[in-house]
Amino acid sequence: MSKAVCFMTKNFGKYDVKSIGSYMAIGGFNALKKAVNMTGEEIADTLATAKIKGRGGAGYDMGRKWSQAKSVIADNKVVVCNADEGEPCTFKDRTLIEKDPFNLIEGMIIAGYTVDAQNGYIYLREEYSHLRPLILDAIKQAKTYGFLGENILGKGFNYNIHLYSGAGAYVCGEGTALVESIEGKSGRPRMKPPFIKQCGLYNLPTCVNNVESLSLVSSILLDDEKKYLNYGTEGSVGTKLVSVGGNVKNPGVFEIPFGVTVRDIVYGLAGGIVDDREIKLIQFGGASGKIATKSILDTPYTYEDLRKAGVGVGSGAILVVDERTSVIDFLRTTQEFFSHESCGQCTPCREGNRHIKLLLKKVAEGTHTTDDLASMRKIAKIMAMSSLCGLGETAQSALVSAMKNFEEDFQIK
Amino acid sequence: MAFGTNDKVLTKELAKQIDLILFAHENDGSKLVGILLDIQEVIPNHYIPTEVAYYLADKLDVKVTTIYDCITFYSSISDKPRAKYPIQVCNSIVCKINHNDSLFETLKELLNIDLNEITYDGRFTLESVACFGACDVAPAVRVNGKVYGHLTTKEKIADMLNELI
Repeated sequence: MSKAVCFMTKNFGKYDVKSIGSYMAIGGFNALKKAVNMTGEEIADTLATAKIKGRGGAGYDMGRKWSQAKSVIADNKVVVCNADEGEPCTFKDRTLIEKDPFNLIEGMIIAGYTVDAQNGYIYLREEYSHLRPLILDAIKQAKTYGFLGENILGKGFNYNIHLYSGAGAYVCGEGTALVESIEGKSGRPRMKPPFIKQCGLYNLPTCVNNVESLSLVSSILLDDEKKYLNYGTEGSVGTKLVSVGGNVKNPGVFEIPFGVTVRDIVYGLAGGIVDDREIKLIQFGGASGKIATKSILDTPYTYEDLRKAGVGVGSGAILVVDERTSVIDFLRTTQEFFSHESCGQCTPCREGNRHIKLLLKKVAEGTHTTDDLASMRKIAKIMAMSSLCGLGETAQSALVSAMKNFEEDFQIK
Repeated sequence: MAFGTNDKVLTKELAKQIDLILFAHENDGSKLVGILLDIQEVIPNHYIPTEVAYYLADKLDVKVTTIYDCITFYSSISDKPRAKYPIQVCNSIVCKINHNDSLFETLKELLNIDLNEITYDGRFTLESVACFGACDVAPAVRVNGKVYGHLTTKEKIADMLNELI
């Protein structure tokens, strides 16, 4: 029996993604029409009641984020949609844009209305350049219908959406690097504070949200029967998009209610492992996520249960690796990725990645010593504590969790 | 087409195309990243030649160092000529555990080039890139923005190459 649900994915395949008329025929923009008769505080409260956590990976309370953004006093504010989905094995935002682009646009307009922004920016990764025409066309049609531009729905609200492209840099998924990139510069993260909620894009208060978070807004606002609150568990309300990949038979994006087990997802939805092999490891939340053994299969997929099991929801990626790949080879590939993507600006990340790479090579060759393992732990800790941005802070998550969960793979030979 | 020669790249025709791209971006220097990507697309070898970088600095009133900061920072922007069809093979973990090594080997064999080399006719380059989000169809390659997935056999890989004329 399939455990997947259709709450935020209810529009998938139900309308012609190139036509705003077709979107409106299934109730599109009703949420915006409802929103403009509410105050920004009321909208933020509605999201807070639904206990939505931001879906980019950090899991910050979305209602709180919007009410904070609303309360910042400034003449000009901006909303940014982070569509720089760079975590390996994460492709849920791609699916959301492909199958329901107008819903994202609607969510962004509501975000703009809520926080009193005049402009919204979608930062789309270059790797998704094939989605540009679709988004540009959706923005154009929304403008023609008066959902963007001056005096939207007669409420004196002026708002426009602009599409910007990334250029193949994972670090630009980090908020401050992202705004640097939109400003036409190389995407190196800024020092914090000031935080971008006070001083971000063009030095304006900036409210950054992930594609999935914004795509959820319309459904929540129209959910009068509070169906959303019936999904999930007490600590993790609602549903979540997961992207399952790796050595599974049926990789893809699924909307699950929080609380189904990892086994339900891997074996139920993703069809189990190719050739029915054994699972070596499962990584949660992309390359910056932690890894677990197959003993995690019976853990419910919720924020709290995964945290207790030593991993996390992160971006919603679930990467299943079968027994043919060794833990050390896996870690070396992940390390390769971070060594390539580190922007090189801060020392802990630039040097840390380089040294871990060399040490992992020794482990792979079996020539490592106890001191090497101690060095790895120490460097990983320093990186997590003192890197400038999230990239360096999380680059060694997989390694640290592996040293705990797969101790035998690090044994001195 | 010769590579590495001093042939003039910035022809009148290309300058005109670049001006159109700049116009579409409202001649706004803060849209530099998007501008560079668009220009790279219209240049047959998909790169930003030096002359073009200086032309942009002049037109947009942006420092040439800022332009090169972007070109060298972003993986998707190149200052070296590439082929008409740069084949970007995903080298991230999902494609790796779905045997992108045999995909690499087959491509090298069929094209008779190594990584980062150009075929004799200037049609193909072989590049190794980070995850482009096609994990559901791994192993995958991306050529001028189009994704080709499930490249598990030599036949499928050859079919993909034959499509690129």
